[in-house]
Amino acid sequence: MKITEKEVRYVAGLANLQLSEAEVAKFQSDLNGILEHMDKLKEIDTTGVEPMAQVLFGAGETATVREDVPVPPLGNEPALANAPQPGAGYFKVPQVIER
Amino acid sequence: MDIPALTIDAVRDGLLSRRFSAADLASEAVRFAEAENAKTNAYLRFSPERALATARRVDQQIARGEDPGPLAGVPVAVKDVIVTKGVCTTCGSKLLANYIPPYDATAIVRIEQAGGLVIGKTNCDEFAMGSSNENSAFGPVRNPVALDRVPGGSSGGSAAAVAQGTAVVALGSDTGGSVRQPASFCGVVGVTPTYGRVSRYGLTAFASSLDHIGPFGRSVKDAATLLRVIAGRDACDATSAEAPVPDYAALLDGNIKGLKLGLPREYLKQLTSETGALIHRAVDVFRKLGCEVREISLPATDYAIACYYIIATAEASSNLARYDGVRYTFRSEHSDTLSDMYRNTRGEGFGAECKRRIMLGTYVLSAGYYDAYYLKAQKVRALIARDFANAFQEVDAIVAPVSPFPAFRLGEKVDDPIAMYLSDIYTITGSLAGIPCMSVPCGMTSEGLPVGMQILTGHFAETTMLRLADAFERTQRE
Repeated sequence: MKITEKEVRYVAGLANLQLSEAEVAKFQSDLNGILEHMDKLKEIDTTGVEPMAQVLFGAGETATVREDVPVPPLGNEPALANAPQPGAGYFKVPQVIER
Repeated sequence: MDIPALTIDAVRDGLLSRRFSAADLASEAVRFAEAENAKTNAYLRFSPERALATARRVDQQIARGEDPGPLAGVPVAVKDVIVTKGVCTTCGSKLLANYIPPYDATAIVRIEQAGGLVIGKTNCDEFAMGSSNENSAFGPVRNPVALDRVPGGSSGGSAAAVAQGTAVVALGSDTGGSVRQPASFCGVVGVTPTYGRVSRYGLTAFASSLDHIGPFGRSVKDAATLLRVIAGRDACDATSAEAPVPDYAALLDGNIKGLKLGLPREYLKQLTSETGALIHRAVDVFRKLGCEVREISLPATDYAIACYYIIATAEASSNLARYDGVRYTFRSEHSDTLSDMYRNTRGEGFGAECKRRIMLGTYVLSAGYYDAYYLKAQKVRALIARDFANAFQEVDAIVAPVSPFPAFRLGEKVDDPIAMYLSDIYTITGSLAGIPCMSVPCGMTSEGLPVGMQILTGHFAETTMLRLADAFERTQRE
């Protein structure tokens, strides 16, 4: 097994995902199969190859930095319009500090 | 008005000769799309007020003798991962079921400036994750060509809308094949331009180093016209390219004599199905049109699936972290603390495929696995990109399949995520390299299912790609 049940629970914790027991079992099995396929990458020699984080085509095309000029912000009301629980111009959330 | 038969040119002729007004067309197009939607579930929402507002402006421009723009009066469908101000944008997710964006994507602004009528938002796999459109929280889309089959994904709704004739053109998004594969399954044209060719401002992020917006059309020319409208530098997207935008549609003259085409042996070796036969038949057409065809090699192809699903899920796990129940999503009601609220909101809100990809992406980025998976995948990506760069020293374009098989039945592959991932092999290589690639219909199987041919070119060589596709399309009309 590439990934244990304990690791599945650990990764779900890192990702802030509440999983049911059935999901834990299902994802353990799915991830195992997928990670076994990913092991294929061990076969290919990448010695001396620079990792590619972005599509590269002549820096001139994309390495443009905009002028640092302030633009009007979205504004408080529209920013809060989709909030599940707005209040007094803020986003409300449950208790943050757990005792 | 025969809406399914409309082209961009036909709409323009109708408007300029005053046979109909843009306002009439807007109303009729929305009414027709609403009526047809029961069959396919291609649309999640219609935007008649918005379409009518643009249409009235187009009519006024025409009345004043002004040029109403290259998309004047053209009904456009938009994948629901692209934000539209004031029009609910769900990304196919329960998490955003009620999300009303406060701004427009740049592509939308440009379409409306060009006179295009945004008639509605189309169904898709949740956050564009899927190859069948069965991962939408709002039900699957049915393929208009064969209603018991999937339209492909993730831009299944946009492909279906164009195939069904409810929109003349549509916008999709493509991260690993999400425009090309549904275009192939539904028998329409789908274009993934060069990475950076079209601004992603307002495209909900899935995997930022791979995400593209791309057009669908029933003809190469219509897709090319839409591409020109949406392409070009945008100050709101730092990854958008400065390169000048050609008038693609005006350059489609049917003459492709002397172009060199490559056939990747790694792609065609396993392809013995009807799809393979149709691709070979299409290649013969190119030979007859005066192209020189040679076999080429893309040796890193076998590693592309593993490479893609590491990079795409890693980026997705980070991008999807924003759906936390605080600012704009649904929020779980079963939580007393902030951390419980995060976990429960995400656990209740995301569908199975998104969870699977978030899990995989988080795992490959986690301590102890980063070098073995993520860093290794980035190096393999460089090799895949190098394969294409080498190939384009030799040939002007590459011809390939889009999918190993035509549209499959609803439910047929839903329980086998690995099989679903493996079917993306021919589209993800071009995505990883960031090169332009497109699907153009190249025939039907004996069961009457459409098959698309893929054409790929070097960075910013969209013109060559579109010219090839258009020349081929002309032979199919004869």
